Amino acid sequence: MPKITYIEHNGKIHSIEVANGLTVMEGAVQNNIPGIDADCGGSMACATCHVYVKEEWFNKLPKKEDGEEDMLDMAFEPKKNSRLSCQLMVSDQLDGLVVNLPEKQV
Amino acid sequence: MIKTDALIIGAGPTGLFTAHQLKLIGLNCEVVDNLDKIGGQCIELYPDKPIYDIPAVPECTGEELTNNLINQLKPFDIKFHLSERVEEVKKNNENWQVKTNKGTEFSTPNIIIAGGVGSFEPRKFSPKDCEKFENKSIFYSIKDKSVFKGKTVSIFGGGDSALDWAIELSKDSKVNLIHRRDEFRGAQATVDKMNDLAKNEKINLFTKYQLKKANGQDNLESIDIEHDNKDVKNLKTDYVLGFFGLIMQLGPIANWGLNIDKKTINVDTEKFETNQKGIYAVGDICTYPGKLKLILSGFHEGALAARACFKLARPNEKYRFEFTTTSTSLLKRLGKKE
Repeated sequence: MPKITYIEHNGKIHSIEVANGLTVMEGAVQNNIPGIDADCGGSMACATCHVYVKEEWFNKLPKKEDGEEDMLDMAFEPKKNSRLSCQLMVSDQLDGLVVNLPEKQV
Repeated sequence: MIKTDALIIGAGPTGLFTAHQLKLIGLNCEVVDNLDKIGGQCIELYPDKPIYDIPAVPECTGEELTNNLINQLKPFDIKFHLSERVEEVKKNNENWQVKTNKGTEFSTPNIIIAGGVGSFEPRKFSPKDCEKFENKSIFYSIKDKSVFKGKTVSIFGGGDSALDWAIELSKDSKVNLIHRRDEFRGAQATVDKMNDLAKNEKINLFTKYQLKKANGQDNLESIDIEHDNKDVKNLKTDYVLGFFGLIMQLGPIANWGLNIDKKTINVDTEKFETNQKGIYAVGDICTYPGKLKLILSGFHEGALAARACFKLARPNEKYRFEFTTTSTSLLKRLGKKE
């Protein structure tokens, strides 16, 4: 299974295996990783699963679909490398992905 | 003090159908919601998005679902208290005493929390120094636009609220509009109008900038905004407005002595009652083994919680299960029979 690494704002690292087909958000929620709220449950209707993606990974990810950038406008401290983790589907191509979590989601 | 058989907190789909169930079995109820309109997340977050898993409704949008639920409540007289947030819940003998932020008070044996993920609150600026200027020179909504006349106003955001206010205030104020990227998500006509005003220097447009710092001792004097490339600009400003949409906060619910686990409330699956007798939680805000965060689950939970309310609201009567197809008393309540 692909390995995804979540780095909390305080630096705490969680490396876990996430099954293909789940989203990076679901991987965090199902493994009780703090820092991803996912209030809307993955319907891209909030911005509380916001993550920062390391530059080398950012360009390898599937492009943002319509609406994701709009939702990111409402995120806490969005940056150029911001993504909504509910839109990142885990696959073998994402094995090794590292995401940084913002200080808070709401 | 309003006396009611049950108070519902939250006017989303679950709260609305729970109100239907209460009225159907002959109880009265009132509904409180922090938003200024009925519909909860359906209307605030995804009014135009189609939903495909409501039983017997192959496809409908959040707005259509809300309108259908409101129509279903037409036979009943239900008072909604919108733009009000429940702050205080206290036990007084057999009843719960409830107070909202606007001072409305209720006395009820039953409280049903259908609060979704909490109440909607404006997303605020992240720099810490913004807090001390909040409601003095930094605002997240506008109550009286006349205070901005002749002043410099810096508006942040890329949606319709930010654009509409930038356009409106540019008539009588000096307006800076600041957004984190080049694209705006407002209506195209509004974006075009704003761009015209920017071209004619009626609006100073700063894109790819975000707020970095608010400066001033007692009064706001200026702000620092930072470009994606780390370039920092200082803008003199009298007022700052932030329009970043709404976020959901659990809010005062956390203080009512309920058994809360990660923003959700533990309930039993018979009555959907919390650890406090007479307080129930239904819909997305409740949790129990196997919980599914679907609208259809909220309907089921509300129907059962409503029956549980009967016992406390009518201690000397016995609840009798009836069908709407055959029961004369139900049909009377629905206005289908004299």
